[in-house]
Order: sequence, then C-alpha cells, then structure tokens
Amino acid sequence: MSKGKAKEPTLGEEIKALEDIVRRLETDGTDLDEALRLFEEGVTRLRRARERLGEAEQSVKLVLESADGTLRTEDADL
Amino acid sequence: MTLSLPFGPEPGAGGPSDEVWSVAELNAAAKAVVDDGFAPMWVRGEVTGFRVYQSGHWYFDLKDDAARVRCTMWKFAAQRCPERPLDGAEVFVFGKPAVWEEKGEFSFCVQRLLLTNRVGQQAQELERIKAALARDGLFDAARKRSLPAFPGTIAVVTSPDGAALRDIVRVARQRWPAVRLLLVPTRVQGADAGAEVTRALQLVNELDCDCCIVGRGGGSKEDLAVFNDEAVCRALARVRVPTISAVGHETDVSLADFVADVRAATPSMAAQLAVPDRMEVAAVVGSLAERLSGGLSRHTRFVGERLARTADRMEAAMGEALSSHRYTLERMAAQLDALSPLRVLERGFAIPVTGEGAVLRGRAAFRAGQRFGLRLADGVVPARVEEEEA
Repeated sequence: MSKGKAKEPTLGEEIKALEDIVRRLETDGTDLDEALRLFEEGVTRLRRARERLGEAEQSVKLVLESADGTLRTEDADL
Repeated sequence: MTLSLPFGPEPGAGGPSDEVWSVAELNAAAKAVVDDGFAPMWVRGEVTGFRVYQSGHWYFDLKDDAARVRCTMWKFAAQRCPERPLDGAEVFVFGKPAVWEEKGEFSFCVQRLLLTNRVGQQAQELERIKAALARDGLFDAARKRSLPAFPGTIAVVTSPDGAALRDIVRVARQRWPAVRLLLVPTRVQGADAGAEVTRALQLVNELDCDCCIVGRGGGSKEDLAVFNDEAVCRALARVRVPTISAVGHETDVSLADFVADVRAATPSMAAQLAVPDRMEVAAVVGSLAERLSGGLSRHTRFVGERLARTADRMEAAMGEALSSHRYTLERMAAQLDALSPLRVLERGFAIPVTGEGAVLRGRAAFRAGQRFGLRLADGVVPARVEEEEA
C-alpha cells in the first residue's frame, strides 16, 4: 500500500478492522467495558471509512522521465 | 423499358422472361448480388502485375494454378501495409469481391495484405517466445497475484492519446472517484513500441502505486503485436505490483494477457476490475454501522438485565436485613418500655419527691415532721415524716 504516509490505515484496513470489531461485539463472551471500548473504536473507524468514501478528487498525473533518468509528474490534460 | 421480342420464351425450361435488360441494369444487378453475397474473407494467391498509381492506389492480379482475379487496394489500405509485394510473392489478402459497374469488371477489393513468408516467420517467432516464457514460468498460475481491494494509486501504461486511456479514466472516475491514476505514456504500436512499453513497465517499479494496468484499444493483429513482444512480457512479469492486461477487444488475446496477473477483456473492464464500486462499498460500510450499534445494544441490554436482577436481589437482601433489625429494635423497645419508671410505678412502687419534684434518696434526706410527696403512677399523694425511730 502507499508507503511514506505511514500509519494512516487504508479504507480496506478500516473495513477489515470494523468487521473484526463487529464480530467481537456480536459474541457473548465480551464484557461491557470491552464492548464499550470496541464500540468507541468502531465509531472512530466508521467515521474515517465514511470520510474515505466521500473523498472525490480523482487526479490523473502524467509520469515523465527526464534525460537524467529522474521521474517527475505533471497534471494530465484529459 | 421492356420491349416485346418477336420470339416466344424458350420451350420447356420454365425459364427466361422476354424482358430485355440494359447493360447498366445488368451490371447494377450483378454488383448488388456480389455486394450482398459475400462477407469479408481471406484469399491466398500469388501477386502478379503489381503497380502503384499516382493516386497511391495499388493494382495487381492474384492468381493460382487455376484462375486469377483483379485486385485493387485503395491508398488508405495500402499505406497501412508495411511493404509492397513483389510480383511472384505469395500473399494473404483480406477484403471483399466487387463489381465495377461501368466496365463490368469483377475484382477483389483488398483491405489488408500479408506476405505469407512473413506470416510464417511471425507465427514461428510467436511460438518461440511463447515456449521461452512458458519455460521460465511466466504463465504459471502460482505466480498470479490478487488485486488490491482498495487501490489508492493505479499506474496506467498506455498511449496518452488512445481510446483506452479515456475509457479507463471514465470508468475509474465513475466507480471510485478518489483513485489516483499515474499515466506512464508510451507508444503502443509501430517499430519502437516494444522498447517503449518495456521501458514504461520498468518505470512503474519506481512509482508509488498499488497496481498497474497495461494495454491499448482495439486494432489490427499487427497493431496489437507489441503485446506479444518478449521484452514487454518479461518486463510485465517483473512489475512489483499486481498487473492487469487490457489489450484490444474481447476476442484479442496476446501473450501479455497470460503474463499479467489478471486479464481484462477491454480497457474499460480493466478499470472495473481495478477499483471497487463506491456504492457497493458504501452499502457494506452501512451494514457494518448497523451491526456495530446492534452489537453494543446487545451488550447494554444484557448488562441492563443483569443490573435489574442484581437490584432485585439487593432489595430482597435488604428486606431481610431490615426485618431482623426491626425485630431487635422491637425487642429493645420492649425492654426500654419495661424499664421505664412509669412502668415501675404501675407495678405499685412510689417515689418520694420534694415539693419541687426532686427525688429524696436515703434516710438522710428525711427529717421528722418533714412534708413531702409520694409520686404514684396516677399522681402525687401528700405525706409527712413521723417521729424519728429511736
């Protein structure tokens, strides 16, 4: 996944974590403190997932190779 | 236009009418029959009498042992042909039969021309590459990687001017507006295409991306040939992110399709495979949100019930404790009551008191003739001390 912007979980990771949280919330063994903690974490992840879903700036960049072999990108005109 | 002939129809034969056609009518009818009667087809033969006109059109005859046919190849088709056939060359031509009405000539209108020796060489070369790639495991199912579910950035290796790019951008934008596309531009046909696509695929490894689409829109077999190029296929296998090939239309299959992790039938399909649909993902997130709150209220309900049960038990326990205390209290109250001085008086005792109500305790408090009161349960009786005893 996108390196560099470390720690920021991807939408896929958020959804996977959410599924895990929901599964644990749905089992009987979890005590209330744990359930509350899971719920809180779930709400945070849910909010972030929805933010991700709402992101809408698609960009198309053109990758250009300079004579010295370095790469640069510029906005593609499409 | 029909003239009556002085002759009747041929006897028998059920046959020819006595209509008379003009030459133009005959040729027009023949042209219509030929135009409608043939789908485009491949014909194999030997070129003879090849000549190029000023207009750029090519004319030649195609012959085999038994027959020959005139061929025309219009300029736009001739230009796409990489080399001119020499007389005597064996060729495959693709086209349709035609009738030139004015001259009543039957000919074959050629759209594509391939030299058979070239075809043979190309086929052999393709087989060689295929065998080499297979030997090196590039087609192995085991090395196929699955595509990331939510790619943030996708590298696209294709022509910046092609229909493929437009299709990919359109579909990706529609399904997953947040995705970033990095276009690595390259020519996808012509002599240098192989080297350019190879270089572009190498550049993908220097980009921060989650998967890679490589391909082009539809075209002739020669147009798509770069995706059978050995260097291109090997560079594709070395791309470090999962790859999707999208070469031409549904029916076009190239070696790159077998090397890529996923083959898409078209560039649009590639975009569809590469990014999820936002609506579908939103539905998944929505259902997770419901399950999340459902999961919690399940626990709070459970805990609420436990709390209620505990409260009931506390109340019951408290009740028990209280009633035992009440008993003790009652007993103590009874004892207190029994000890009360009033009770004592009720039992017939009396308390000597002064006129002021102070209790007179012991003999020393009494003198002969002293007046005092005797306090009884129902009041005070006046009294006096008699002569002192000796």
